[in-house]
Amino acid sequence: MTTSSTNDPVGTPASPADFLQTPLDAWHRQAGAKMVPFAGYEMPIQYEGIVAEHQACRTKAALFDVSHMGRLRFDGDHAAEFLDHVLTRRVTDMVPGQVRYGMVCNAEGGVLDDVLVSFLQTPSERRFHLLVVNASNREKILKWFEPHLADFPTVTMSDRTELTAMIAIQGPMAIEVCKKLFSVDPSRLKNYNAFITDQFAKPVIVSRTGYTGEDGLELIVRAEEAQRVWENVLLAGREAGFVPAGLGARDTLRMEAGMPLYGHELDETIDPITAGLKFGCNLKDRHFIGEDALRAVAEQGRTRCRIGLLPTGKRPAREGCAVLSVDGETIGHVTSGGPSPTLGVPIAMATIDAKHAKDASFQIDIRGKTTDALPTKLPFYKRPPAAS
Amino acid sequence: MARDPSTLRYAETHEWVDVQEEGGDKFATIGISAFAVEQLNDLVYMDLPEVGRVLEIGEEFGEVESVKAVSPLYSPVAGEVVAVHSDLPDNLDNLNDDAFDFGWILKVKLSADLPDSLMDYAAYQKQCSEAG
Repeated sequence: MTTSSTNDPVGTPASPADFLQTPLDAWHRQAGAKMVPFAGYEMPIQYEGIVAEHQACRTKAALFDVSHMGRLRFDGDHAAEFLDHVLTRRVTDMVPGQVRYGMVCNAEGGVLDDVLVSFLQTPSERRFHLLVVNASNREKILKWFEPHLADFPTVTMSDRTELTAMIAIQGPMAIEVCKKLFSVDPSRLKNYNAFITDQFAKPVIVSRTGYTGEDGLELIVRAEEAQRVWENVLLAGREAGFVPAGLGARDTLRMEAGMPLYGHELDETIDPITAGLKFGCNLKDRHFIGEDALRAVAEQGRTRCRIGLLPTGKRPAREGCAVLSVDGETIGHVTSGGPSPTLGVPIAMATIDAKHAKDASFQIDIRGKTTDALPTKLPFYKRPPAAS
Repeated sequence: MARDPSTLRYAETHEWVDVQEEGGDKFATIGISAFAVEQLNDLVYMDLPEVGRVLEIGEEFGEVESVKAVSPLYSPVAGEVVAVHSDLPDNLDNLNDDAFDFGWILKVKLSADLPDSLMDYAAYQKQCSEAG
């Protein structure tokens, strides 16, 4: 067996001094988490095991430290106009409490990042916008925004990432258990809504969002409060079976949910429409960076598209495997793939030539061996409707 | 009789080797260590070589996959594959409890002496503790 690759769990980690640490780092190590380098941070990839953590999230709830995600705050009278200019999603009509998913694109329509933008209001009625960006893209996005901010002198941008922590609580029991934790009951939140409340008199941003296909919350707290809040949630959820979960389970969960991951389904060479994220673009009556390119794709049709595949057999297809038509022609590649713990079979997402979008079957070249694969609708897994 | 891990030789890449003589020839049984199985966690797939294939020392003969990662398997010995454990890929869970007996992967008729690079149990234990 090889032991050298950085995403190989047997791999030797680099020196801890090379990486940033989240405010929960000491807790993870004390809990026996396996720590791996990820996007400049050392992050827990798993505690007990990826499959057990995955199943806990699908049936009870799991806690994820997602403090490595970037958090950028925007203040000022024209913050909404600025964000509207740099995002594919309309921002100017948002009301306090709303959260939206969108993309930051370059002029060619390539995706610089996919983000969540929240419009928040403090108890003293101060309003601001918060952008949650991918960890690996934080520096790039800060640099990208700087020259554009110059056109909006009343807007200030502050990087809150290292001053705060972010915790995701995901699973069918998440909301029920969290009811008693905050001064305002989060079950009143609609999906993709957020408010600022407190937990033992300390402010916390609570959003009904997530990245696992489950119902749940994402919390943003001050860095110094992170461990207290994390432990409070775990304690409150102990009887319900809450567990801490690492990035390994987060990846299998988001794959089953058919959600794109930057660097895999999304990058600067792909536009949101090609990536199957047209819902995250508002093209009507707006001017934003990349609009001309996206309008052209919308009008002329995309040349590539994202599909879901079910490889037959047990062998998972992994990122980079070539996707072939039934005639044996290479028509694309796998962007994410692995075993689905919930379905018990391998699943894969792929970007392929749009001419083949409706084909009834495909083949995948898994490191030299060809495996049949059937197209399937995304997501691979959809949570059952909540019991009333 | 159960195989005793402390009597086996180990490759740096976590394969174990058990050499036995039968009828004047030397045969090596090869698997992966309990340490490797534990580190990989949640195994989902294993690819075995064909019987009759001739392997060089260090040659990749198959793959083991966990939920997250694909790890190539390397032959710690030189020789011809005379048997493969065909029940193993469908029962990878058993490796968690039984990496050294049920967990054998292939049997090779040796064409050369074992390489000096193979470690004894104590040296391998030291490597594992340093890998943490």
